[in-house]
Amino acid sequence: MSRISSEPAQYPIRERLHWFELPRRDFLKLCGGGLLVCLSGSPLRAQEAGGHFGEHELPKEIGAWIHIGPDGAVTVFTGKVEVGQNIRTSLAQLVAEELRVGFNTITMVMGDTDLTPWDMGTFGSRSTPTMGPILRNMASAARQVLTETAAQRWNTDPSRLSAGDGRITNPATGESLGYGEITRGEKLTRTVSGDPPLTPAAEWKVAGTAVPKVNGRAFVTGKHRFPSDISRPGMLFGKIVRPAGFHGTLVSADTSQAEKMPGVQVVRDADLLGVVAPGSWTAEQAAGAVHAHWNVPPQISNAELFSYLPAHPENAGRDDSDAQGSLAAVEKTLAGSEVKLQQQYTIAYIAHAPLEPRAAVAEWNGNQLTVWTGTQRPFGVRDELAEAFRIPATQVRVIMPDMGSGYGGKHTGECAIEAARLAKAAGKPVKLIWTREEEFTWAYFRPAGLIRIRSGAERDGKLTAWEHLNYNSGPSGIDIPYDVSAKLVEFRPTQYPLRQGSYRGLAATANHFARESHIDELAHAVGMDPLQFRLRNLSNDRLRVVFQTAAERFGWGKSKPAAGVGYGIAGGTEKGGYVATCAEVEVDPAGKIRLRRIVQAWECGAIVNPDGLRNQVMGAAIQGLGGALFESIQFKDGRILNPHFAEYRVPRFSDMPEVEVILVNRKDLPSAGAGETGIVGVAPAISNAIYSATAKRLRDMPMAPGAMLGV
Amino acid sequence: MARFLLDVNGAKLPVEAPGDEPLLWVLRNRLDLMGTKYGCGEGQCGACTVFLDGQPARSCQVTVAAAAGSKIITIEGLDQNGVLTPVQQAFVDEGAFQCGYCTSGMILSATALLREHPRPTQQQIIDAMDGNVCRCGTYPRIVAAIRRASQRMATEGSSHVQD
Ligand code: FES
Ligand code: FES
Repeated sequence: MSRISSEPAQYPIRERLHWFELPRRDFLKLCGGGLLVCLSGSPLRAQEAGGHFGEHELPKEIGAWIHIGPDGAVTVFTGKVEVGQNIRTSLAQLVAEELRVGFNTITMVMGDTDLTPWDMGTFGSRSTPTMGPILRNMASAARQVLTETAAQRWNTDPSRLSAGDGRITNPATGESLGYGEITRGEKLTRTVSGDPPLTPAAEWKVAGTAVPKVNGRAFVTGKHRFPSDISRPGMLFGKIVRPAGFHGTLVSADTSQAEKMPGVQVVRDADLLGVVAPGSWTAEQAAGAVHAHWNVPPQISNAELFSYLPAHPENAGRDDSDAQGSLAAVEKTLAGSEVKLQQQYTIAYIAHAPLEPRAAVAEWNGNQLTVWTGTQRPFGVRDELAEAFRIPATQVRVIMPDMGSGYGGKHTGECAIEAARLAKAAGKPVKLIWTREEEFTWAYFRPAGLIRIRSGAERDGKLTAWEHLNYNSGPSGIDIPYDVSAKLVEFRPTQYPLRQGSYRGLAATANHFARESHIDELAHAVGMDPLQFRLRNLSNDRLRVVFQTAAERFGWGKSKPAAGVGYGIAGGTEKGGYVATCAEVEVDPAGKIRLRRIVQAWECGAIVNPDGLRNQVMGAAIQGLGGALFESIQFKDGRILNPHFAEYRVPRFSDMPEVEVILVNRKDLPSAGAGETGIVGVAPAISNAIYSATAKRLRDMPMAPGAMLGV
Repeated sequence: MARFLLDVNGAKLPVEAPGDEPLLWVLRNRLDLMGTKYGCGEGQCGACTVFLDGQPARSCQVTVAAAAGSKIITIEGLDQNGVLTPVQQAFVDEGAFQCGYCTSGMILSATALLREHPRPTQQQIIDAMDGNVCRCGTYPRIVAAIRRASQRMATEGSSHVQD
């Protein structure tokens, strides 16, 4: 059974990784003249790594580098990666703002383990709240250094000078120097620490605006090179011969037919069986021509899943973190509550299905390995490669071109390792692109889960008791934001049949689906409007605001839905984001459901780029409707039964409701990430709307496979 | 292995490939035209869309032997001397992408739609585009980009697209 953590953002490294001390790289020499600013000892680094870094030493080096060349060009080096969430643009905006340079003078170098400082990875909505302030600090410090250098040059006090548009100016004398000129081509290196002053969001001019995606043109002309588009001289194409099922062991393989094909080499290396060929089509044919027999142990199917999970506790059913609340208090309060409810909710396994499947190009130069691959953790994959080949991480370089997204699905390096093993055997660079079927089968899934909730309330609408037990899907977003005196909230790890891992929003989707559906049930049980019931029990102001904003725009409570139409509302908060979602659905007499409208209000502090943010929040809602209504992995005997887009339905144009996103901008609050939490409100809002339309309560995700309710 | 002379983006290009190799892999691996994407290889996602004699086709479902003799247009062949077509420009203007992996196929499919229906209805947009997947969920912006391009083409009276 796979040991991939179900919640990498909480437990970043359950896999064994080693931290190799970063050498001072040649890069620092290569940078040439100009000013290089490094930030060290930032408390933010420690914060990012959290308390869960286990035995791994925190990097003592630098969080990011900013270089200002003699020509005034600004280059920012960060280990974060761009996966469609738009941080290449939004982080550059923050730098432009603090450095007082034009946005277009900035180049972001991202996710290259030889060029950028170590980074844990791009997940958990951490780029904006952690890398954002790091870069702002550095840019602000760089501006200070430039101002001081100019002041020395002009023999004046730095406080008399002003910075703007990439220049330092002395208003008294009219003297002015471009940033590049100030460095005079000399090599200046500064390591800064502490907290230089930052520009408040209310005064932002570049940050906070809808700067278009930096390389948008490259995407509409087909010029952007994704990981699967990388090509190397002399490169071969690889294909892996996969086991007939999970945990399959190879009994025998007849490779003679494949070996006869022109240019084909069969690679057998311990548990790896694969082929390389001069063309990808030939490689595919050759892999198909390998006749292999596998021994696949019996495994459970999705039909048995929800009885299996609670019956197979892992770690004695205990999470590493403590449960919140006490069972005794819940039991006691429940006994005295006027209204009691008890329900069970399930969430199926679903796949990330990024449109660009996993891909890697591996090239060996002696003992040096370079791999271009799509991953959210280039440094993690580098370490996986180093471990796989038992070489120091300094001999491995991972380069991550902006990729065809991941949604939490590309944390691990198996495709990179496979490509590197094939390349090593072939003695040539090898490209490996997983097929759609491989991506659906051999990646990992969002954990399925079973959630049991017991609750109590008074007839006047006061929530009194709450018990929320989550089996397997995870602890993210598990705590209840409503005021309740007696509660027990607990994640219960179980054994699980499929390889599972991170996914956009982690378990917050499952936990919100269960909680916000249940809250709706409770509202109906006490005879209150679902929005009023929520507000009656909610003192979290930021969450109240998004609920009220979404409701107002949606027209909540203004009109009664027509027959067969229903309205639903749901919301929550996680990772610094606050979301409320209203949904309108239509269910025809045959049970066919159509999602008509979604209104989603969102708040995550000061907005860095409203256009990119809107795109993310909308995308999250749309991705969420797939898992809510029809996405579900079917499996049996170690095989995935629906590993193609023809059978695994993802949201398409025809599924689109009208979508409206309202952004609440809190310039007085720090910016939080926005890639994930926008997904959590959709499923319960739809479920609640279906109840409003049909008086039927659907407690299993997906709710309408085949577009029909409960079919 | 067989030899073919392909007509791609107005150029005659000789290639050597197995006749049953999908056009997708010939474009990408033998002609270095990487703008055409692999998303499924099963005709289910539209990422590999190209024009064959002016009609949108899934290049993963067409063999090189079948494509030889047709005029093939890929995403790389749309803009002329750096001037974007109205559809390309509209995608930029609407920010109709996130990761951008579906974008080539979306632009080809949208271009074909607007040729057939210069003022498409919502239903016509859905019918023409439903075979193209955007896993990032950028659909509403893609629809907005199609509408914007449609408007712009109506004012300028040209589709800027060669066959
Ligand atoms: S790759 Fe051709 S349709 Fe998906
Ligand atoms: S933008 Fe990522 S798949 Fe469409």
